[in-house]
Amino acid sequence: MVQSDLQNSLRVGPDEEGHFGIYGGRYVAETLMPLILDLEKAYADAKEDPAFKAEMDSFLTHYVGRPSPLYFAERLTEHLGGAKIYFKRDELNHTGAHKINNCLGQILLARAMGKKRIIAETGAGQHGVATATVAARFGFPCVIFMGETDIERQKPNVFRMRLLGAEVRSVTSGSRTLKDAMNEALRDWVTNVEDTFYIIGTVAGPHPYPMLVRDFQSVIGEEVRKQMQAAEGRLPDTLVACIGGGSNAMGLFHPFLDDDSVQIHGVEAAGLGIDTGKHAASLTGGTPGVLHGNRTYLLHDDDGQITEAHSISAGLDYPGIGPEHAWLKDNGRVSYYAATDDEALEAFQMSCRLEGIIPALEPSHALAHVIKIAPDLPKDHIICMNMCGRGDKDIFTVAEALGVSL
Amino acid sequence: MTAPTRIDKRFAALKQEGRSGFVAYVSAGDPDHDTSLEIIRGLPKAGADVIELGMPFTDPMADGPAIQASGLRALRAGANMNKTLDLVRGFRSGDDDTPIVLMGYYNPIYVYGVDRFLADAKQAGVDGLIIVDLPPEEDSELCLPALEAGLNFIRLATPTTDDKRLPAVLKNTSGFVYYVSMTGVTGTKDVNTDHVTGAVARLRSHSDLPVAVGFGIKTPDQVRAVGAAANAAVVGSALVSKIAETLTEDGRPTPKTVPESLAFAAELAAGVRT
Repeated sequence: MVQSDLQNSLRVGPDEEGHFGIYGGRYVAETLMPLILDLEKAYADAKEDPAFKAEMDSFLTHYVGRPSPLYFAERLTEHLGGAKIYFKRDELNHTGAHKINNCLGQILLARAMGKKRIIAETGAGQHGVATATVAARFGFPCVIFMGETDIERQKPNVFRMRLLGAEVRSVTSGSRTLKDAMNEALRDWVTNVEDTFYIIGTVAGPHPYPMLVRDFQSVIGEEVRKQMQAAEGRLPDTLVACIGGGSNAMGLFHPFLDDDSVQIHGVEAAGLGIDTGKHAASLTGGTPGVLHGNRTYLLHDDDGQITEAHSISAGLDYPGIGPEHAWLKDNGRVSYYAATDDEALEAFQMSCRLEGIIPALEPSHALAHVIKIAPDLPKDHIICMNMCGRGDKDIFTVAEALGVSL
Repeated sequence: MTAPTRIDKRFAALKQEGRSGFVAYVSAGDPDHDTSLEIIRGLPKAGADVIELGMPFTDPMADGPAIQASGLRALRAGANMNKTLDLVRGFRSGDDDTPIVLMGYYNPIYVYGVDRFLADAKQAGVDGLIIVDLPPEEDSELCLPALEAGLNFIRLATPTTDDKRLPAVLKNTSGFVYYVSMTGVTGTKDVNTDHVTGAVARLRSHSDLPVAVGFGIKTPDQVRAVGAAANAAVVGSALVSKIAETLTEDGRPTPKTVPESLAFAAELAAGVRT
């Protein structure tokens, strides 16, 4: 890449201090700061190490099952009558979601850094399951922090984590959901900083986490580039992904940021509706603030107190968002939308009936957006949506929402 | 350099007296605004040499259960940044000497607006700031503007701050250095005084600033032991737990709240006076 291209690229962030424009940074307690600097160095070393990449690639192939397929959703396309819709099938990964891509990278870093114990936060439980999985595979003791409210609504995943040997610690502080699980994980980390590696599940937290999680998830978008070339001989016209913290979206989007012909849509959780205040749409309904180690868009009141997010999907139920998304919103490269609980539920059912795919409630939000935009687009317009998780874990929530007792 | 703050003067006076100081932490507005003001007003007489006033925040990542609960009590009772500054004003109307340090997290300040916050805090009679989630890497956010505004910016040094990093941590620190006695959150483990003695010696080899030690100090004996090693001992969780003990089940103050909290503060303060 020549110098002028590099300066114009949207893919070179963050800067050395971990900033994407005004977002990102390292807003953490001093106790953690030396460790964060160590992690930054360990990651820089790993990126230069061919053996690290070779091991990562081998596990992605043989353990995760990558590449995940790019699937033409033919019946959905016919039903909507407009754009041609593809799903990136990351729900077919081992553990049923994209989360494992990142966990694998981080556990290899933990091992390289000589850490002895793994902790993680989880909302829907997908990141917790993925973390417990790699901890089992690499022989680390593992503690997963999960809000009491989420434990209640994601029982199958809680049991999965326990089967995998992880201790699931119920978090009863605050709103008892994902943000509180993250607070509690940070408290554990500060206490056990010498021997513990914190596997953050999304593109948020202090630098270098947003960068390294994005890099580990970028395998999604890199595969889509190749697969779409093979399927259609060109790049897609529109990318769509759901956003809680934003890791599956960043993984799909990042390899395409410099391709001007590709429109990029992120879909947040509008919960009961943005105007009700009961939503999890930090970009659509929030303002910049500082939480969990980074500056980003947050849901908070005029006193800077964090407000509770709401979504039918536990994985989107977070009052913040990755700082790179905040930056991409401000500079206009990515357009951000929101889908309500009801819209996601409808999309969930449409995917089940038309494509035989039970999606997680998280990508059901992305699908709800696809359902809105596809009918008005021409038939040669290609949409690629990230089907980032499967819905087995959500059937109880969906049954309850539909008034069905199991 | 700017003029000496109340913090500078207080530590100079303690040196003259030949004793260490007692720093008392309470959350602003816990259990409610008026009771909190009464407690804060009574703290100097109870023996607090410096008052650390917590700015309540919904997500206090470095705090243990006692201070989390105290901040949430305050928020439920209507605490916010304006009311915290009102408390400082209310205190200052009767005491122009005891230093007040605001302690907390950055987001409420960021949302209030940094310049407006610094001006209002200074005007209200705040002397220093301890902001847990602003390490030296983020000095341009608040630390440098605060120093410019004539407030002390008190940095936390921790067991993980090694000799290589310590100069960066101390560089823009003023008033005193706050040594966090352990890796952990507030109010959980007990302080290890042997570790503290060594750590304070290490800090003093890098800086002439007074050293206050906090985290894990709960009893008068621990105050005495830490006071013997450092320039001041900080007690927070134990004090707010004492406040909690005196409340009704739904967190409202009782006639015991103010006197018992201040009596406990006096017991702790005796640790640096005997």
